[in-house]
Formats: sequence, structure tokens, C-alpha cells
Amino acid sequence: MKPMTIADKIIAAAAGVDHVQAGDINTVEVDKLLINYGTTHLTIDMYHKLKNPRIADVSKLVWVVDHNVPCDSPKTAASHKKMRDFAKAHGITFYEGAGVCHQVMMENHVRPGELIFGADSHTCAYGALGAFGTGVGCTDYLYAMVTGKSWVLVPETLRFNLTGRLPEGVYARDLILTIIGQISANGANYMAMEFGGEGLATLTMADRIAICNLCVEAGAKTALMEVDQVALDYLAEHGRTPKHIFKSDEGAKYAQVYDIDLSTIQPIVAKPHFVDNVVPAAECTGVKIDEAFIGSCNNGRIEDLRVAAAVLKGRKVHPLVRLLVVPASQTVYQQALQEGLMEIFMEAGAIVMNANCSVCWGSCQGVIGEGETLISTGTRNFKGRAGHPNSFVYLASAATVAASAVKGEIVTADMLD
Amino acid sequence: MVYDIDTNIIITTEYLELKTIQDMTPFAFSPLRPELAAQIQPGDIIVAGKNFGCGSSREQAPEIIKALGIRCVIAKSFARIFFRNSINNGLLLIENSDLQAAVQEGDTVTVTVNQDIEHAGKHYAITSLPQNLVDIISAGGLVKAMRKLNGLE
Repeated sequence: MKPMTIADKIIAAAAGVDHVQAGDINTVEVDKLLINYGTTHLTIDMYHKLKNPRIADVSKLVWVVDHNVPCDSPKTAASHKKMRDFAKAHGITFYEGAGVCHQVMMENHVRPGELIFGADSHTCAYGALGAFGTGVGCTDYLYAMVTGKSWVLVPETLRFNLTGRLPEGVYARDLILTIIGQISANGANYMAMEFGGEGLATLTMADRIAICNLCVEAGAKTALMEVDQVALDYLAEHGRTPKHIFKSDEGAKYAQVYDIDLSTIQPIVAKPHFVDNVVPAAECTGVKIDEAFIGSCNNGRIEDLRVAAAVLKGRKVHPLVRLLVVPASQTVYQQALQEGLMEIFMEAGAIVMNANCSVCWGSCQGVIGEGETLISTGTRNFKGRAGHPNSFVYLASAATVAASAVKGEIVTADMLD
Repeated sequence: MVYDIDTNIIITTEYLELKTIQDMTPFAFSPLRPELAAQIQPGDIIVAGKNFGCGSSREQAPEIIKALGIRCVIAKSFARIFFRNSINNGLLLIENSDLQAAVQEGDTVTVTVNQDIEHAGKHYAITSLPQNLVDIISAGGLVKAMRKLNGLE
């Protein structure tokens, strides 16, 4: 049999066939179906218009209210209520206020080898646990919810061989921004991005989730990492076991192979208005900022909060800057409380908020006004993404964001006095 | 030619709270060109560069383009979630990389599905879409196509 990649093997298993290759279109059984607040009301409307609406397997559904939590307007409240009522009526696993959907999924649901559809583009984060997560729209979601199935075009795979170790003060965010800058915003369009090599072992689960999560910003359909002891330990700590651990075969066909030496990565900033508009952070020093955001499904984990707290300890946020700290989940929030990190944030003058998508989604808490500049650990810096159409978003690591909040302009942590 | 038009440009987050797609259409493309939505006429075609529809999976994006009366979008490439969402909503997308250099805003472009694009007397070849996708688009989207298949429409 021809050698296969991890993506091929997960699709083949979900399709119940022995072999698939890039370009095949397969009908697949979906293992889990995540939806968040963004478009659920559309799915519910369409569902009610069906002749004989039914849910194929309710145990596969996970619904998470995470954008605009708590509600910021009567309109949002109505839309949340619609989702809550539907979930309750059908016995769907439902979270509200627990955190950003992808963090909730990683903590509670994702298993290696699963094929997961999410009505959110950053569903590719699940590759950190060796699961094929892919973003879909609300119609595709409805179809899979009603039939239990969908179709998938088997993607080509880009392989990233990691070696070495990230230098001190350099983070997963810097690595994935470097990669996106290298291959461009559509460099992996329709493709899977697969990560492996000895360097992978040096990356924590938080690093891995951040890397996989952002692959959609290179257009990727999914991201996949080899499942090793780090991943298995995380899974065991969260009380789960793998569905199946797949490894790419020797001689598997890749569209392209990239060798990346982690020790060569440096602090990076993505400038407005594109995620692939990356430069070394040093080139952005001096850019004045109005707001700083540490949070999101990309960088709102305990490891990111520790990094930010280490920078902020004994320092004050610049008087003309708002620093928002938003843990990615309640679990992260509790952990941060226990470790005394929240005290450090409060003493530094940060605004600490409940776990939700916050300004990363450009609605509710923390949106920025005309002409303002935000430095963010969020997922995107598109024009208008964080508020006013004429505003500016820079993306960087939690360390760079925290340091910039202190200085009032973009700096890396090692540049602070 | 503009490229990387993301779904937040097509419809900014703050307008997603509006009740209907019709309510959202005046704000289409507003971060880039606030005046554009009012100028779009039924039957118009969008011609764009690479990676059209990148970013968030919000399905309101193709719905709004369709609601504005746009018959098809021609781009050098499309982001994959947007591609699926457009088919599922009955919006025709065509990948072509040659037209952009020749076309100006306001020109007339004629598209013959699964055949070619005609502009200023010149014909541009296009790749065929599989028949099942053409059927979904012709029916007006996946839900309507399934209803038709099940004899409900």
C-alpha cells in the first residue's frame, strides 16, 4: 500500500477505507462537532426549516458560548438564549462562560486520531493532540449534525521538521508567525500542515496549541502534530485516552518539506493588516500603542499568563495604555489565581476579565476606536478586526505584548529597564 | 488588484448582530470601501486577487455577497472555508489568474459556467466544477439542494 500522512490516515479511518491520497473526495463520519456563538443562530434557523429535523448523534455535539460573554446587548442576549434553549432542549453538551471554545475542547474533549468539525476557523488547533480539526461554515455544520457525515477533499500535506530549541525569550507565537511570513497567508491553502522532528519534544502543549491554532492564517485546512509523551501526558492529566495514534509512513508524499531550526527564531511582530506581514519585533520598536491584549485561543493559557506576569512583576502598565488580561478558560483563571499571577496583573494596573474571546473577535469588551493601536496575542490583525475600521493591530507573543504595555510603545521584554 | 480580502472586510463583526442578511448588506466591504455596497447592482461580478474570503468562517460573508445581487466572484484563489460556504449558499466562485491584469472596474465581463470568461473580446478558459457542486449552486445552496433531492421542493 502507498505510504500515507497523518491527515490521510485520519480521513481513511473516518471514511472506513484502507487508503486515501491527496485529491480524493471521501464521505466521512465526523467524531465531534464543535460550534460556538458566532453563527449558531443561523444553524438553528436552518435546522427548523428542515422537513424532519433530527440530530444524528447528540453525544458528538459540543456547544460553547464564548464570544461576547457575558452579553453586552439585548440582541446578543437573545442570540445566546436561542443557543442555550436549543442545547437544553436537545441534551447537547453545553458550556457558557467556561472559556474560549478551542481551549474548552482541548481541556475536555479532543482525542488523538479524531476528525472534528468546528464552526470556527481556528478549529485546526486540535492538531496539537494529533486530531484532524477543521473549520466549516454553519451549513456544513448543519449537514454533519443532521446526517453524522460530511465530505472531505483529502489535502496535500506540508511537512515541517523541527530541530533545536527556541532561544530564551522566544515563544511559539514567534515561531508560527515566522512560518506564516515564510509561506504567506495562502501558502497552505486547502493543505494540511504537519509538524514533527526532534524539536517538537522541546515544545509544551501550550506552544503546540498556539502553533496549530494559527495555521489557518496560512490558509491551512488542518494542522497535525505527531503524538508523543508530552501529548499523552496532557491527555492523561485531563482524564482521556487516544482514539488512535497515527504516524506518517516512511516515504509519505509531501507537497513540500521545510526544515526549521528553532534556535534561529527571534521575537516577531505581525504588522497591520495581514498576519503574514511579519518583521523582527526590533523593527517595530517605538510604535506607540493605546491598548494591549493578552488572551484568546492562541495565547490565553497558563503558560502565557506566567510569561506575561514575569514581565509585569514589579512594573506598572504605562498610564496611557489599557492592558487587558483575559484567560482562555475558567480553569486557566483558577490556576492563575492559585499561582498569584492575578495579583501581579492587578498591581501592575491591568484590567483582568473573565474567560471569553474578548477583543480578538472585535466586538464587546476592549474594542479600539478610530486611529487607535492595539498590540495583541489575538489571532488576527485584519483591518477593522478589533474595532474601528481605521485602527491598527500588531500581533506578538505574550512577552512582547506585556513589555509594550509597560513601555507604551512596542518593545521586546529584554529591552525593558 | 486587491488581495487577501478577509471575511471581516466583507462583513465586520459589529454588524453580525443585525437581524437579517438584508440589514447587513449596506455595510458590506465597509472597512475597505464604505461606498461600495450602495454602488453594487444586481448581476455585478467581483474580480479580486489571491486568497479571497480568508479569515473567520462566518457564513454571513457569502450570503451578503449573494444578497447584494452579485452573480459570481472571480479571484486568483479562494480561502477554503469561504469556498465551501459559498457553494453551500449557491454563490458561484471561479478561480482565474489572467483576467485581473486586463480588467478595470466598470468593465463588462461575461461568464459561461463551466466554459469560459469573456472580457473585451478575449476569452479566458476556466476549470469546470464537478456536476454535484454545480447542482448545489443552481439549486441555491446545499439545504435547498437536499430538499430538492428529497422531493420537498
